[in-house]
Amino acid sequence: MGHRAVITGIGVTAPGGIGTKAFWNLLAEGRTATRTISFFDPAPFRSRVAAEIDFDPEAHGLGPQEIRRMDRGAQLAVVTAAEALADSGLEQGDLDPHRVGVTVGTAVGATMGLDQEYRVVSDGGRLDLVDHAYAVPHLYDYFVPSSFAKEVAWSTGAEGPATVVSTGCTSGLDAVGHAIELVRDGEVDVMIAGASDAPISPITVACFDAIKATTARNDDPEHASRPFDGSRNGFVLGEGSAMFVIESLERARRRGAHIYAEIAGFATRCNAFHMTGLRPDGREMAEAISRAMDEARTDPADVDYINAHGSGTKQNDRHETAAFKRSLGEHAYRAPVSSIKSMVGHSLGAIGSIEIAASALAIEYDLVPPTANLHTPDPECDLDYVPLTAREQRTDTVLTVGSGFGGFQSAMVLRSVA
Amino acid sequence: MKSVVITGTGVTAPNGLGKDDFWDATRAGRTGIGPVGRFDATGYPSTLAGEVPGFVARDHLPSRLIPQTDHMTRLALVAADWALADAGIVPSEWPEFGIGVMTASSSGGFEFGQGELKNLWSKGGQYVSAYQSFAWFYAVNSGQISIRNGLRGPGGVLVSDQAGGLDAVAQARRQIRKGGGLVLAGGVDGSICPWGWVAQIAGGRLSTDPDPGRAYRPFAADAAGHVPGEGGALLVMEEEDAARARGARIYGRVAGYGSTFDPHPDTGREPGLRRAAEIALRDAALRPSDIDVVFADAAAIPDLDRVEAEAINALFGPGGVPVTAPQTMTGRLNSGAGPLALSTALYAMRDGLIPPTLTRDPSPAYGLDLVRDTREAAMSTALVLARGQGGFNSAMVVATAEAPVAAPA
Repeated sequence: MGHRAVITGIGVTAPGGIGTKAFWNLLAEGRTATRTISFFDPAPFRSRVAAEIDFDPEAHGLGPQEIRRMDRGAQLAVVTAAEALADSGLEQGDLDPHRVGVTVGTAVGATMGLDQEYRVVSDGGRLDLVDHAYAVPHLYDYFVPSSFAKEVAWSTGAEGPATVVSTGCTSGLDAVGHAIELVRDGEVDVMIAGASDAPISPITVACFDAIKATTARNDDPEHASRPFDGSRNGFVLGEGSAMFVIESLERARRRGAHIYAEIAGFATRCNAFHMTGLRPDGREMAEAISRAMDEARTDPADVDYINAHGSGTKQNDRHETAAFKRSLGEHAYRAPVSSIKSMVGHSLGAIGSIEIAASALAIEYDLVPPTANLHTPDPECDLDYVPLTAREQRTDTVLTVGSGFGGFQSAMVLRSVA
Repeated sequence: MKSVVITGTGVTAPNGLGKDDFWDATRAGRTGIGPVGRFDATGYPSTLAGEVPGFVARDHLPSRLIPQTDHMTRLALVAADWALADAGIVPSEWPEFGIGVMTASSSGGFEFGQGELKNLWSKGGQYVSAYQSFAWFYAVNSGQISIRNGLRGPGGVLVSDQAGGLDAVAQARRQIRKGGGLVLAGGVDGSICPWGWVAQIAGGRLSTDPDPGRAYRPFAADAAGHVPGEGGALLVMEEEDAARARGARIYGRVAGYGSTFDPHPDTGREPGLRRAAEIALRDAALRPSDIDVVFADAAAIPDLDRVEAEAINALFGPGGVPVTAPQTMTGRLNSGAGPLALSTALYAMRDGLIPPTLTRDPSPAYGLDLVRDTREAAMSTALVLARGQGGFNSAMVVATAEAPVAAPA
């Protein structure tokens, strides 16, 4: 490992308010942004709650043609990348475009656009031989979600390595993990990296209904996402994006940039078990955590806060609790653990990056965000989950983890830079 | 930097199921392109594809996997089995977290997705399959390969359209250099279904020529798009020292890699392909004159062919290196393209044979030494180029195990 990779710019577009400040205020106050689905009529579906963003792309600077061309997920990524770049203090003119790369994580890409377009070209599912004459001209950009990386590269002027990372619900962690390796190896000066997903569409809701992964607590949408609570019964689908400017520590110091945190360690492992199921012992996630801590040269006792995956499904929260105990030992009982999905829902591939943002901001403000809606203890989840109210405490080292369909388990260590 | 080598290849391609059939067909110049057989394409402007012949999933995979997988995932699972077997790897004999999997994807299990979208919109949400939540998404092949083979090392999935396959192999090399072990890497792809067809037609790059012998004619003056195909390759990659210690047969070394993104077309500035190739050569510590053959991206769109020819000529001089595009026998395989081209380059170097480009009336104006008939040549290094729609450029240098390892740049 050559350079140390640090975060010098953050952008967040998440449910409950647009921009990093609104996002952090929501978390710090422990408010929730989950509600009854408004994007389409959810009546036919089992789960009818989601964490939606009131997002007007035009108000955030996108032109009519950009809006037509981009799926909502790409729009969120572009707007969020612009916030991150502005926050970093970098101007496009300061950068050698050849030395700027882009990595965007997404689990389901342009699902919303594909769902809508399929309905049209198939005439409501009637045609097997769907009709190309009714397709939008930019359907190819929905077809292959590398268009998200293209749009971010175009909007930021990046001409270095560009790609999309798509490992399901760990995409947001893995995309940033990919980006830091390019910075560490000196292949780029700056990475614009993060993730975006906008999956709140009938096909996504239906497919999670089919496996009962999402909650059916439709009568109480604001309190529907209940990670680690004894009454939890599934996650709440969300949407959003978080993007970062990541560069080497030397470079950041040389230009006098504000440094949020170093991304000190990252690892990912497969569970080789089941596409949607988890082994209760948390073995593979524990391995990813241990390897990420090794890379960061961090001891379990150094971890001040664990930003959990905490999706609010029965099996995930149990699995994850076991993984923390297995990897951190006794310290798992001392370190505060929380899930921001209780407030902003689960935006699939985006949430890993949104949780990195929450982790970096926890370090920035010495404040641990709470787990909202946590009232009823679960004997199988017996750690300190910071119920309901944020906690002020010195926070220098944060562990953030993700777990996803396909069996991917990822862990990242962020650390304050003295 | 540790040297990373390829010790196993598993191939499913339109002109051959399995590496031996594929290489026999490729060296003999036999195409796998023909009229679409997987659905009735006669009502669409494009009617040709490269489809993997003779693939019966039940002959290779347990029946429980069939209803939960897209066609391209079944091809990928079989290619993975063959790559591991080719490398002499039995995963259960390896350390628990010792083998990772890194695949590229482009459009996921699109055919599976079409079926479930139809259920949703024609019948209702309750008719959507429980498998939809993972059968169509981009991570499906890495996940299913990991589960089938008990691979618990690092997992990953990259999407950069047709450049993604090389990116995945490069990312596997990075993982091996960082953490050792073994990685199964590459891409197997395909969306030959009506819904995928319509999406690709919208992309504007499909040939509408109905003649299989001339539809996909890169570097012709009147090139008018490509034929899409399905399939690809998975590669077993490991540290060279470890491979030698276990007595593995080494196909070759991943010697260099470069990746760039094009400037926005409105800027009028030079696209990034040449720069990607230069970065790959620098990474391999090789000069252009050290490269024995180039496997071109061969977009078969005149503007893109010109960009590629200019990049090659800028590096090698006009006619300065043999250039070939055997994907003219398979169609363009999206994320499967790069790994299949790498496999082809390795077989070509092993046998001293450059496979041909099946095009029609290539234009001498491009100034390329385009290999149109199988050519005997002693080779120890090959440069593979791949471009993804939108502006993704990747380049990779592979070298034989006997080729000298250059000093780090």
